[in-house]
Amino acid sequence: MAELRLTGRQAAAGLAAGPIALLPSIEAMHRRRGSPEAEAAALRDAIAAALRQLGTLAEDAQDDGAGVLGFQIAMLEDDALSAPALDAIAAGTAADEAWQDAIAAQVADYESADDEHFRARASDLRDIGERVLRAVAGACDESAAPPGSIVFGEDLTPSRFLATDWSKGGGIALTRGSASGHVATLARARGVPMIVGIRADLTAIPRQAEALIDGEAGVLCLDPAPATRDSFLARVTAAKRRAAAAKDFRTRPAVTADGTPIAVLINVADPREVDNVDLAACDGIGLVRTEFLFHGRELPDEQTQYRAYRRLAEWASGKPVTIRTLDAGGDKPIPGLTIEGESNPFLGTRGIRLSLARPDPFRTQLRALARAAVHGAIEIMLPMVAAPRELAAARRYLDEGLQQLSEAGIAHRRPPLGMMVEVPAAAIAVERFDADFFSIGSNDLTQYVLAAARDLDSLAELSDPMDPAVLRLMARVAGHGAQTGRKVSLCGDAAGEPKHLAALLATGLRTLSVAPSALARTKEAIAGIELDRAAT
Amino acid sequence: MDEIAATSSAVLTNAIGLHARPSVKLTKLAKTFMADIEVASAAEGPWVDAKSIVKVMAVKATKGATLHFRARGPDAAEALAALRELVALGFSEEGVTETRARGSEDG
Repeated sequence: MAELRLTGRQAAAGLAAGPIALLPSIEAMHRRRGSPEAEAAALRDAIAAALRQLGTLAEDAQDDGAGVLGFQIAMLEDDALSAPALDAIAAGTAADEAWQDAIAAQVADYESADDEHFRARASDLRDIGERVLRAVAGACDESAAPPGSIVFGEDLTPSRFLATDWSKGGGIALTRGSASGHVATLARARGVPMIVGIRADLTAIPRQAEALIDGEAGVLCLDPAPATRDSFLARVTAAKRRAAAAKDFRTRPAVTADGTPIAVLINVADPREVDNVDLAACDGIGLVRTEFLFHGRELPDEQTQYRAYRRLAEWASGKPVTIRTLDAGGDKPIPGLTIEGESNPFLGTRGIRLSLARPDPFRTQLRALARAAVHGAIEIMLPMVAAPRELAAARRYLDEGLQQLSEAGIAHRRPPLGMMVEVPAAAIAVERFDADFFSIGSNDLTQYVLAAARDLDSLAELSDPMDPAVLRLMARVAGHGAQTGRKVSLCGDAAGEPKHLAALLATGLRTLSVAPSALARTKEAIAGIELDRAAT
Repeated sequence: MDEIAATSSAVLTNAIGLHARPSVKLTKLAKTFMADIEVASAAEGPWVDAKSIVKVMAVKATKGATLHFRARGPDAAEALAALRELVALGFSEEGVTETRARGSEDG
């Protein structure tokens, strides 16, 4: 078979080569549910298997680890942990689903604790949950991908991802899937390259194919020609060398070759991401996407939001934590909140427009943020601001919320109120906006300046954040910030791309926010930039 | 538990309260007795099974809280004495600053 190049969207960066492991179709991917008796037996067997694994680990563990494992073992041995799952199974739920629900309830209970020691135990519960889930999946899933293979199919479940051994490399290529889903988050955290939305007829893919996957470019190459394979493997080697070199830069402050310090912060889409980040390696959190809170069946209440924001503020220990208010609409619909049936959602009621149209959830979020601001340097950032009156209206809602908290005697603090600059109107006339700080959202700014939808692969070449028109607007915002003493940062994907950094710094930007996995390579790239030369 | 054979209470003095390790110790000790044993963070309950770590952890008792025990069975009094001692001695963890215990055994 001749070399076949397939393209999709990036979900997790990285390069990998290996044999293709075709996934069964979606219907077959969900565990076939047995009788309630069989499901209950499957769960009990999985718990027993997990206990055996923990027992082996505990034998080898040092003092501290043994304590943690002892606690996990005691929890897993306790019938009270599995009782709700077994009840659900008796009522017809599948073993994996019942177990996930039972653990989720436990995790939520621990996360709601006021005492930090109890809150910290939520991670043990997650560990226990995933270990048993892997055992459930492993027992019924004999076709689990062999280590080192490129998994190719319609979609991948979190439990199958967890059941797979990624320590030998490998990658994920999906015809469906989502770049913002749970599996993508897991893949990025684990460094497994992943592409979604590939257009391909899976039935035509040979089962024995060899594959190369480039998560960054979103390219899957099947049965590569020898020349393609050689140049790809050379890139893999170079990337490994670069990663090793970049590691040295990770915990150092970012400084250009001519000594200008650059603040490098991280973007966070799920609070759990910070568990794997060394606080010393970043200057704070430049963007917290709060959409994660709104994925459940109901809108999150003030207390739930407060706890999530407080956790991030405490993690950052005084470094800034910029939290963006709900940015729903556009490509991120939320049932019951976003407005359906708009002919062009990217130009529709999204971001701050939606918050002002549906003020109750907005009020709740602002109060939760003001309360959490007591515990750290929280800043509130409004998405999609296009007109000064939107900023003024948001400030009035914040004032109202602060007043309510004062009257109720609830501890709070007024956080700085800033805005995203992603609508061209905001960039062109930035001086009209009395915001405490500005953060450039390069993805949307590029899409709106070039009138090229960001989700259209065919327009990928046109949606270039390095287009002179986009860069000029960035320079305008950076200049306004420098002139008026307001912080200006850039939190879009462009900042995480080393080859864009010289041009970005040349616009005058000195604060960047990138994905946690991009910290090392961003700092390394900054260290190689001569600002004088970059400016010309 | 319709008839309460014995009750007892002790103040949590260890640094972090009825946390993971203390809960493991407490439930392990409770399981060595035949008696049904329950624990609560308030005298009026809610009471939970002291042999279930899932339920004991859910009490979320922090430092300074008073743990109440009640037990019924042949070795109830013995069980309560042992549990009270474990709690009062701060679960033999470091950082024990103060131990206080009081008990009332009514049969």
